[in-house]
Amino acid sequence: MELINEHLLSLMVFLPLIGAMLIVLLPKSSEQSFKWIACITTLLPLILAYKIFVLFNRDVAGLSINQGFQFVEKFSWIPAFNIEYFLGIDGLSILMLLLTALLCPLCILASWNINKGLKGYFSLFLLLETGMMGVFCSLDFFLFYVFWEVMLLPMYFLIGVWGGPRREYAAIKFFLYTLVGSVLMLLVMLYFYFMTEPHTFDITRLIAEHKNFLGFGHILWFALYIGFAIKIPVFPFHTWLPDAHVEAPTAISVILAGVLLKMGAYGILRISYPILPEATLYFSTFLAIMGVINIVYGALCAMAQKDLKKLVAYSSISHMGYVLLGMASFTEEGINGAVLQMFNHGTITAMLFILVGVVYDRAHHREIDGFGGLASRVPVYTGITAFAFFAGLGLPGLSSFVSEVLVLLGAFQKFTLYTIIAGTGIILGAAYFLWTIQRVFLGKLDAKYAELPDINIREILSLAPLVVIVVVLGVYPQPVLDLMKASLGYLNSVVGG
Amino acid sequence: MKEFIIHYAHIILLFPLLGFIINGLVGKFLQDAFGKSICGIIASLMVCASFALSLGIFCTLSELDPRSRLFTITLFDWINVGNLHTSISFLFDPLTSVMLLIISGVGFLIHIYAIGYMHHDSSTWRFFAFFNLFIFMMLELVIADNVFLMFLGWEGVGLCSYLLIGFWYKDKANVIAGNKAFIVNRIGDLGFIIGVFLLFWAIGSQGIWTLNFAELKEYSYLLENLYLGNINVVTIICLCFFFGACGKSAQIPLYVWLPDAMAGPTPVSALIHAATMVTAGIYMVTRLSFLFILSPVALGVIAITGAVTAVFAATIGFAQNDIKKILAYSTVSQLGYMFLALGVGAFSAGIFHVMTHAFFKALLFMGAGSIILGMHHEQDITKMGGLRKKMRWTYYTFLVATIALLGIFPLSGFFSKDQILWSVFSSPYGSKSLWLLGVFGAGLTSFYMIRLVTLTFFGRHHHTDKAHDTLHEVHESPKVIIIPLVILAMLSVIGGFVGVPHIFGGSNILQVYLSPVIADAELNHYPMITEVGLMLVVFMCVLGFAYGAYYLYSRKPSRRAKLIERFSFPYKVISRKYFVDEIYQHLFVNNIMRTMRFMARFDMVVVDGLVNFAAFLTRIGAYGNSWIDKVFVDGLVNGIATVIGSLGSRLRKIQTGYIQDYVYVLFASIIFILLFRFMIA
Repeated sequence: MELINEHLLSLMVFLPLIGAMLIVLLPKSSEQSFKWIACITTLLPLILAYKIFVLFNRDVAGLSINQGFQFVEKFSWIPAFNIEYFLGIDGLSILMLLLTALLCPLCILASWNINKGLKGYFSLFLLLETGMMGVFCSLDFFLFYVFWEVMLLPMYFLIGVWGGPRREYAAIKFFLYTLVGSVLMLLVMLYFYFMTEPHTFDITRLIAEHKNFLGFGHILWFALYIGFAIKIPVFPFHTWLPDAHVEAPTAISVILAGVLLKMGAYGILRISYPILPEATLYFSTFLAIMGVINIVYGALCAMAQKDLKKLVAYSSISHMGYVLLGMASFTEEGINGAVLQMFNHGTITAMLFILVGVVYDRAHHREIDGFGGLASRVPVYTGITAFAFFAGLGLPGLSSFVSEVLVLLGAFQKFTLYTIIAGTGIILGAAYFLWTIQRVFLGKLDAKYAELPDINIREILSLAPLVVIVVVLGVYPQPVLDLMKASLGYLNSVVGG
Repeated sequence: MKEFIIHYAHIILLFPLLGFIINGLVGKFLQDAFGKSICGIIASLMVCASFALSLGIFCTLSELDPRSRLFTITLFDWINVGNLHTSISFLFDPLTSVMLLIISGVGFLIHIYAIGYMHHDSSTWRFFAFFNLFIFMMLELVIADNVFLMFLGWEGVGLCSYLLIGFWYKDKANVIAGNKAFIVNRIGDLGFIIGVFLLFWAIGSQGIWTLNFAELKEYSYLLENLYLGNINVVTIICLCFFFGACGKSAQIPLYVWLPDAMAGPTPVSALIHAATMVTAGIYMVTRLSFLFILSPVALGVIAITGAVTAVFAATIGFAQNDIKKILAYSTVSQLGYMFLALGVGAFSAGIFHVMTHAFFKALLFMGAGSIILGMHHEQDITKMGGLRKKMRWTYYTFLVATIALLGIFPLSGFFSKDQILWSVFSSPYGSKSLWLLGVFGAGLTSFYMIRLVTLTFFGRHHHTDKAHDTLHEVHESPKVIIIPLVILAMLSVIGGFVGVPHIFGGSNILQVYLSPVIADAELNHYPMITEVGLMLVVFMCVLGFAYGAYYLYSRKPSRRAKLIERFSFPYKVISRKYFVDEIYQHLFVNNIMRTMRFMARFDMVVVDGLVNFAAFLTRIGAYGNSWIDKVFVDGLVNGIATVIGSLGSRLRKIQTGYIQDYVYVLFASIIFILLFRFMIA
């Protein structure tokens, strides 16, 4: 027990990897067990996540190893280069960790029907989870980078092998795009390393010595920004996202939108903010503008889409804009709203992609105009989808309202005009979601779909936890806000002054 | 009992929520198992329970000392971050209790009515689930104790409105009307939320971080001298809030959704789009009256918007033939009156009119619903006529409601409308010209209503040609529909007595009851004769227009045709609703659609195009590189190899293998070396 408590984070990170190895080692004949192994090795981290949620001290704030980061594990890994195995979480990362732990089991549930190359699929998926968890726990930049790259590879194969008709194009686009970001990150990382004495990748030390990087601060910031902006994705680096989503299998879309997009914003907050505070402040208006562009541009593009999955992908771009706007505002409301929005977007967009997958499995297409009147045939599916759409358009009482309103409220003080422009996003959001409901579900039922089966229990099971979370966090978001309030307040005061 | 209510009054929300959950989750099974009425009965009982509790709250408040007539119930923190502290907490004061009584009381009657009206529908469970959800949201809206929580109910009722307008979703027109309602409301909501932000930061800049009504009221004076440029911040805040109210309460320029909203089932029109939801804007402004009173400019804007809307919408009512559309424009117009009242600082008069209007307008809609049922879903009044004899109960109740709406003594509408017009005349914020507009609007109201009544109930059945027997088939509605009509008719008659003006020897009970919450503007004093004289003027005006309508539509229809012919252009403009929908379509919708298509193409062609172009360039580069590699780099390597090879093959020829050749070369070399040495030496 002691051992478990001391290595909670490592366990969360590597349990899925153990599962992956198990699957690889088992013979192909025991294929049916793969799902169950994947199920268990994603559920265990979820249990640990709950434990972390309970044990997490909500009051400490700081950015050093003694003050601020919790559940710390620190060992020397490659002594020659002063590289450490250094894990730890604070109010910023815990939420992302919880989100990852939550979404992965649901994704396994959503992948139950995969019938091609089970061994590869599930082992790669578990490897991906290890990568994601690792990124959110790492406090050593080198380790962070390693996990970042660990995510990349399984993602490439999962899209490229199990994806739709244009999967190879999408996978390569995704891979190359992200790689460009990685390279920039690598260069900045090396610069950090060589500018500290003694050389280190330890993020807490880099934060302490942030004055060393003042010279090239703006360039470094921008290089990192491009790397992270590709992930978020920020206009104009976003076009890989719709392609990747359209081709990726359902569960992978969920992970992509639910967790991977958060990596970019997380990276900015974890690395750029505290290590390059002056440059961050300098670029804050720029960040806010990019956020507003994302919100409005993404919403307009979403409105024009004909493919349901592309629509959700563009809505993701729009919703991630709120994250940028909120964190650029340097108000506590804004920055808390931004991180909460990352979490809420994770749950809501996961619902949306699972729902798109449900109808795709049945109708074998995703053309919005190809449907019509489904409500009378599949009422339960319609109800859940309408719920998810209303969550997406930020209906008060559901979780995204809390985060969006916090972002806008926070940003309003600094960027009044931009916030008002961003506010039109809530009108456009209503427009494209309602229009989609109308075209897909309402009106007369097309005879083609007279036999369409309604959503089944397994699918409901993969959505129910998300529905509950979206409602609960809409009415009672305080437990989650309490998790991050102290850390983000500290970050805000350190960087924003 | 009193203790219980002070601590648990918020369970008023629980009943309709429970009804929503029951009907939403298992309503379909209940409906299949116990018949269609069961869902309606459950829903009605829930609202009835809420009504009972509203009465309890009202009594509890009445027993308290007038100065301390309020209590709050706080459940838990909602959003508590940085400077923002909001909690899920509820405020009960006289204003709230009046609204609660209206919502749950009228709501209960309409629920009963809906059991009858929706009897033939196949998914009553869905209808009553949404209906109860609406009651929940509306109650939440009025008991919320802070602006954010109010916004929850505010958007929530919008959601229910959307769901119920498009209730018969198989017809695309209904769905589009629902979308329009929601989106137009959202445009207003943007104003609302910006108002909230501005208020939050403005009052925060004075060191008070709150969005709680009670605290805002206490500290609102801090805002008085804040300026943004030349404009008082309070004015901007109030205008933002008012823009939100324009959306919900269907005022110019955002009224366009309400007439379309009539696509929903008639009980929905009665409850949501006449009696309750559309008055949310009035409630909100009244709730924030302490802010609005600080800004004469904002009050002026409200008064003018209200008056203009009242007249504007009434004129559209002239030339509509759909019975529900006429009533919808009438609602827009009456809401205009309420805003006119608010705009002159007569907040309690506005709430008074909310109440009486809830009675008679709900009754009008329900009567219209009864007619529609009786006419087998015919809504065109030009195809009706003579219904007086066939539908007696409907006729009498409808007539009562019409008289109440016209504001004829002593029915309820008289008292509330009179109070509004008198306030407009005598308030320091009011003016004579606004009063004239109001009187003119009252005349117009009387015209379109008498036109409606005449065409519907009087004369002969207009449908003589093809279906002389449709009239025989017209039937009076069942009791479950008639009883609510009768109760509402009684309320429409007596509802005004809570606000009898002083000149009739009454004391304005409602105004006194509301006075701890609402600070009405002090009215200027005029001699009694003025007040009575003005009443008579209004009465004559109403009567004149009423006779005009009766004359044109019953006595001399031929005159009517001539008039229309003569004024064909204005008539066309009116009957096409001033082309506002077309103008909006052209100005906003089309442009947004164009922008969106442009953006999507831009994204695909330019942004993604650049990415693919970069990829293309890289590939070209790669090909070029590989060519260079092949030709030059590899070429060099191969070249060297070739040179060495060919050199070797040539040199190989020297190695002939004959010993003589080698001896020749040896000698030749020795001679060459010797010669060389001699030459150098």
